[in-house]
Amino acid sequence: MSGTHQEPNYMAVFYSLAVLTAVEIGVAYARFLPLLIMGAMLIILALSKAVLVGMYFMHLKFEKRTLGIIAMTPLILCTLLILALLPDLTGTKRKSQTTAVAQAAQEEAAPPAEAQ
Amino acid sequence: MHAVEPAESPLTASWGKLGMWVFLAGDAMTFGSLLAGYGALRAGSLDWPDPTKVLGIQLTAFMTFLLICSSVTMVKGLSAIKHGNPKRMRTYLLLTALGGAIFLGLQAYEWTHLITGEHQVHFTTFGGQKSLFGATFFAITGFHGAHVTGGVIYLITVVLLSLRGKYSADNFNGVEIVGLYWHFVDLIWILVFTFIYLIPNPS
Repeated sequence: MSGTHQEPNYMAVFYSLAVLTAVEIGVAYARFLPLLIMGAMLIILALSKAVLVGMYFMHLKFEKRTLGIIAMTPLILCTLLILALLPDLTGTKRKSQTTAVAQAAQEEAAPPAEAQ
Repeated sequence: MHAVEPAESPLTASWGKLGMWVFLAGDAMTFGSLLAGYGALRAGSLDWPDPTKVLGIQLTAFMTFLLICSSVTMVKGLSAIKHGNPKRMRTYLLLTALGGAIFLGLQAYEWTHLITGEHQVHFTTFGGQKSLFGATFFAITGFHGAHVTGGVIYLITVVLLSLRGKYSADNFNGVEIVGLYWHFVDLIWILVFTFIYLIPNPS
């Protein structure tokens, strides 16, 4: 049995995942929370669960660092992708804002048409 | 310290495991792009339907729990073969595959209800109106479902190989690798559950 590491306590990981899922459902139903806070809580909970699965079920915690770097690569690239998409999203969050943006764009587009 | 077998990958205990990790990293980027694209379309849309009102949370919460359970049976299976018990390993791997199969059944049930139900969620329309809600929803949950399908087939293949005596206490690399794939599918669902089902629209 060379090459094996000591087994983590899988049941403890399972209970943590189950509890975190229950908390997620609770947060999702707490409609009185502001969207930003609820969203942040849900994303933090999901990421904690993902880290638990990766570290213990996928044994990343017990692997060499290089493998961890391979595992982290998509996260870095996806963060860059989201940052690249952000300029497209500013100002379109709310309907009223977007309508205002669309109106402004129409007004901007109008003068050249009149000039012709 | 980890003992590395001679003439093996310098990164991990085996080339096979390294190969699976590289594949999963690429796969994660595909899922990441799908989710980022979904986020951009949703945030930029004027009339995105509120997923918390359209999609059922109870059923998907159960599906999430099911996948977590199947991850546990997966690690139990790996633990069994490490202790030299292939029969026990096969039982746990079949339970894992069963969890995946039930997940797929529930997903088919959910899709049917969304497509034919009151909201008429179709790929390019929502309740008869043009909307990308269905496109993003079906593409992402469908891509994940395809991974679960592949995982179930993969698990059954490993069970069949085990019946021919392929795995033992000294040779469980293949079981560890199918485990990596299966846990990854679980991990992706955890993120899909949050981003597709749980986060509501601004009120």
